[in-house]
Amino acid sequence: MDTKQVGPRQIPSSGVEMPRGVSALRRMFAPVAQARGVPRAIVVIGTAITLFFIVLAVFAPVISPYDFNQYRTAEGERFVKQQAPSAEHPFGTNVMTTDVMARVIYGSRTALQVVLLALAFSLAIGLSLGLVSGYFRGWLDRVLVLVMDSLIAFPYLLIAIVVAFLLSQTFGRGVVTAALAISATYTPFYFRVVRNHVISIREEAYVEAARALGARPRTVIGRYVLQNVIQNVPVIATLNAADAILTLAALGFLGYGIQPTEAAEWGYDIQRAIADAGSGIWWTGLYPGLAIVLLVTGLSLLGEGLNDVLNPVIRRRPIRRVELPPLDGEPQT
Amino acid sequence: MSSPDTTLERGAAASRDDTPLLEVRDLKTHFPLRGTFLQRVLGRETGSVKAVDGVSFELRRGEVLGLVGESGSGKTTLGRTILRLADPTSGSILVDGGDVAGLSEHDFRPYRRRIQMVFQDPHASLNPAMDLLTAIGHPLKIHGLATTQDAVREAVASALERVGLTPVELFLRKYPSDLSGGQKQRAVIARAIILGPDLLIADEPVSMLDMSVRAKILELMLELKDELDLTYLYITHDLATAKFLCDRVAIMYLGRIVEVGPTAEIFANPRHPYTVALLRAVPDPDPERHVPRDVPRGEVPDAVSPPLGCSFHPRCPRAFEVCGWESRDLKELLETRAAGLDTDARPSGIGDLSRLGEPSRSAIIPPERGHDPSEVVETLSRIRSATPEEPLWTGVRRMRALAEGVGVEFHEPIDPTLLPEGPVAVACHLYDARALETARRAAAESDEISEPR
Amino acid sequence: MNGRERVLSVRRLRVWYGTDRGPVRAVDDVSFDIHQGETLGLVGESGCGKSTLGRGILGLLPEGTATGGEVLFRGTDLVGLPRRTLRAMRGPEIGMIFQEPMTRLDPLMRISEHFAEALRTHEPDLSDAEVRSRSIEALAGMGIPATRFRQYPHEFSGGMRQRIMIALALVLRPKVVIADEPTTALDVLVEAQILSILADLKANFDTALLLVTHNLGIVAESCDRVAVMYAGKLVEEGPARDVFVRPAHPYTRELLRSVISLRTTGLQYIPGAPPDLTDPPPACRFHPRCPDAMQVCATKWPIEQRVYDDQRVLCWLHGPASEIPPGGTEPLVREEIAVAEEA
Repeated sequence: MDTKQVGPRQIPSSGVEMPRGVSALRRMFAPVAQARGVPRAIVVIGTAITLFFIVLAVFAPVISPYDFNQYRTAEGERFVKQQAPSAEHPFGTNVMTTDVMARVIYGSRTALQVVLLALAFSLAIGLSLGLVSGYFRGWLDRVLVLVMDSLIAFPYLLIAIVVAFLLSQTFGRGVVTAALAISATYTPFYFRVVRNHVISIREEAYVEAARALGARPRTVIGRYVLQNVIQNVPVIATLNAADAILTLAALGFLGYGIQPTEAAEWGYDIQRAIADAGSGIWWTGLYPGLAIVLLVTGLSLLGEGLNDVLNPVIRRRPIRRVELPPLDGEPQT
Repeated sequence: MSSPDTTLERGAAASRDDTPLLEVRDLKTHFPLRGTFLQRVLGRETGSVKAVDGVSFELRRGEVLGLVGESGSGKTTLGRTILRLADPTSGSILVDGGDVAGLSEHDFRPYRRRIQMVFQDPHASLNPAMDLLTAIGHPLKIHGLATTQDAVREAVASALERVGLTPVELFLRKYPSDLSGGQKQRAVIARAIILGPDLLIADEPVSMLDMSVRAKILELMLELKDELDLTYLYITHDLATAKFLCDRVAIMYLGRIVEVGPTAEIFANPRHPYTVALLRAVPDPDPERHVPRDVPRGEVPDAVSPPLGCSFHPRCPRAFEVCGWESRDLKELLETRAAGLDTDARPSGIGDLSRLGEPSRSAIIPPERGHDPSEVVETLSRIRSATPEEPLWTGVRRMRALAEGVGVEFHEPIDPTLLPEGPVAVACHLYDARALETARRAAAESDEISEPR
Repeated sequence: MNGRERVLSVRRLRVWYGTDRGPVRAVDDVSFDIHQGETLGLVGESGCGKSTLGRGILGLLPEGTATGGEVLFRGTDLVGLPRRTLRAMRGPEIGMIFQEPMTRLDPLMRISEHFAEALRTHEPDLSDAEVRSRSIEALAGMGIPATRFRQYPHEFSGGMRQRIMIALALVLRPKVVIADEPTTALDVLVEAQILSILADLKANFDTALLLVTHNLGIVAESCDRVAVMYAGKLVEEGPARDVFVRPAHPYTRELLRSVISLRTTGLQYIPGAPPDLTDPPPACRFHPRCPDAMQVCATKWPIEQRVYDDQRVLCWLHGPASEIPPGGTEPLVREEIAVAEEA
């Protein structure tokens, strides 16, 4: 390396400057590439499953042979009600004469839409409140913690149902309502995690250094605290997404979910399938159920796997066995 | 890295050279304790940690003043208070004559360009998510001193060169986790000097670094002092580096300055017993030295409820009548140093001493259940004759046998203040003629009234 | 220390960790002895392997570490002992004092319970009264009053916690105590108190002490012998007084010069930084930074020599001349140490 003095005016800009966001992301996820063994396998499997469903959701109109509400063919011929799996209907049809497979595929679109929206709401509210509450403390913090802890103490499904019910009066029972209902249950959780992390970070020397430099609170929060808190977010978000799918299905199952005419929803389908079970009709319940299990498992694996890999506390350094060469290879005492 | 503004300011300030750059007057920083719920509801005094308890000093431009003390001395809190990272409870902080102690955060912000801090732990004071270009350039952005990315880059590169982190292109993109301890500390220094400050508060800048690296960083600090016209407030527990670096040294103990003066004088001729003890305890790689045997006993006491009178008196080998004797000293004596090996570790005949934990000028030593106060008297005199050199006995004004036990009364404590003593100032009664006189009179008086033994 | 029993003998000890970039040679062929009642100071800068050595003796190493060589404790080789046997020896035979006493005591257990656990694990036949009296005796020796026997660790200050740790290590009366940076986190007065206690140990119980530290001052004041480590190797070893007055190895000499003490008038330091232990320099590991380096230092491994009275050194400056090839004593020509490699 050249050790000569370089005058200040001669510093060239390095060729291509990575936009800061991208290089920061790369650093954050760098350990994923280095992971080995079981954690890596978990992340890979989880990602694969999740991607599968994402593809299904995005390309639903292309992949699915029928629309989710379609009850007759293009020619106008009505489907057979509750027909067993066959060539035209690989998953069979249900009591509404709609195709089960179509409903499963479109259901994944619904699920992902709702979950993404819910995540966005929860993060926006929970993250910002958590940051402010954790950094400034004082009475604001005490009030918020009281509110959030009370919400956490409630059975989450109850909150979701109540919120869904209330919102449906004004907004109808669509994707947005469901998303808001679900985010109501998870926002306190985000709040609490972020707040606790902020409290521990704000005592760190580099945050105090930022204050000493004269940074305003919003700069300190935005550039110093947030950047370090955000490390946790991918893991929490993924695990939350898994949980949110289940909550959505529960809402649909109980009848507080999305209007069946608006979108296909797995939970609603399962509820409908209960009546069929007695008559030996298994396909209306099995496939939606499998979809739920698979997607939740995929997201959970991804979340847990990411946690194993990214979390510096539990991340396992790869253990390399070492072979000691024989001593007399080096002639010394 | 000096923008036109700072040069102007500095030039203007230099002409007012007789005002000290920094002056602190009777500064106190107390952290209130939360107390129990009941205490808060009833509005009772909950006590506070008196981290800085009345500190005054001056710092002239171009000087290096050392604040030396152990943990609990308040030196770090003092540094943080000056920078308004902690709020002062009372007192004033004068920067070039203007009091900044009461300023709001908003009004104080311009001063942050002039006073910067170098922190102790290089591994923790850099934001792990920022590379050096961003981290060191950030102060410029905060204060609006550089608007274009190129201007920032230029200034940061210049700062990196000054601190010896070259080749600059290599370090601009590095993150803290890629650097060694010494390199991190250099980066922290770069960040501190980029605004062109007048005063640098360095809080233990080298204590977490290896011996050999320390020398490099200290040398850097000295160079920068000359090149950039800096003034340092050097906070440390390490007397050796303080001696090397500082023009004047102030020794702190439990929130107060106990001795202050020119470095050479303090080290050649320490006056305060604490200073003496510190100097003797500093390890030195000279094999002729041996582990000092008469280290003051005990440890730095609790800052919530400091000892009465002089805070150092419980550990001082030369304490006498007026230094602040109280019941807690007696309790400690009876429990620790005079105890036999009874499993209850109290000299025979003496009962429960927990009441003596409340600081007070008088105390009653109860006898053990079923025992007579005369046994307590007996035990006390045994202890006294076994340890006559124990300074506590000088503080005893009167000891009487009472029905409830033995009543011990101590002399009136006097709070020491910093008084000039030749070239230095010391806060110790040994150098205070009036305190010595009061002690002499008190000793004579107590001889008259104590029970014949 | 001739004629005194050798309590601990380390012979050609190696401790290597595995990492992605290759094995880290934390301890690379180290040998020394400690006798009864002797204090050996093991000094070096951070990353030289001294802490690993201390732990390696006790077998307290993470998974995947390879250990080679011998550690003879009163005749038994500790390397390769089954974990259970080793665990039984830790405590009553070999005691350890760690660096951060705050983190080594269980915050949920009272001090009395700490002692009870230590004593009962290794001496299960003691009665309650005996456990109590031995514990209180150990604490009293450290200046901790018995009235505080049932308090929790957080109620004590740092210095007192370290004293509790020492008392815990001593209550089992081990033959050897390994102290890993016992005073680094403590203030200078408390440090002096602790050192004074450790000195008493030697006097009263004839305990052998291995004091691992980077602080040369405390080694000079409290150790009989000193061993200097650099990059995993023991570069010099001998009586403390002799080594400090007449260091045989250039690293020892430069290290002593770089220490800032009350007598320091000018700053000295060693240029460059300690090497990466996965890829140390060939032959003598100090040669890139050594002001006295010769040609042979970069090509041939130095051979351990006995010099002066009782010192061992690993340096070509002390020969043997017969092993140095012709021209080997010429000064070594090296590139300027790039500033980027400065610590």
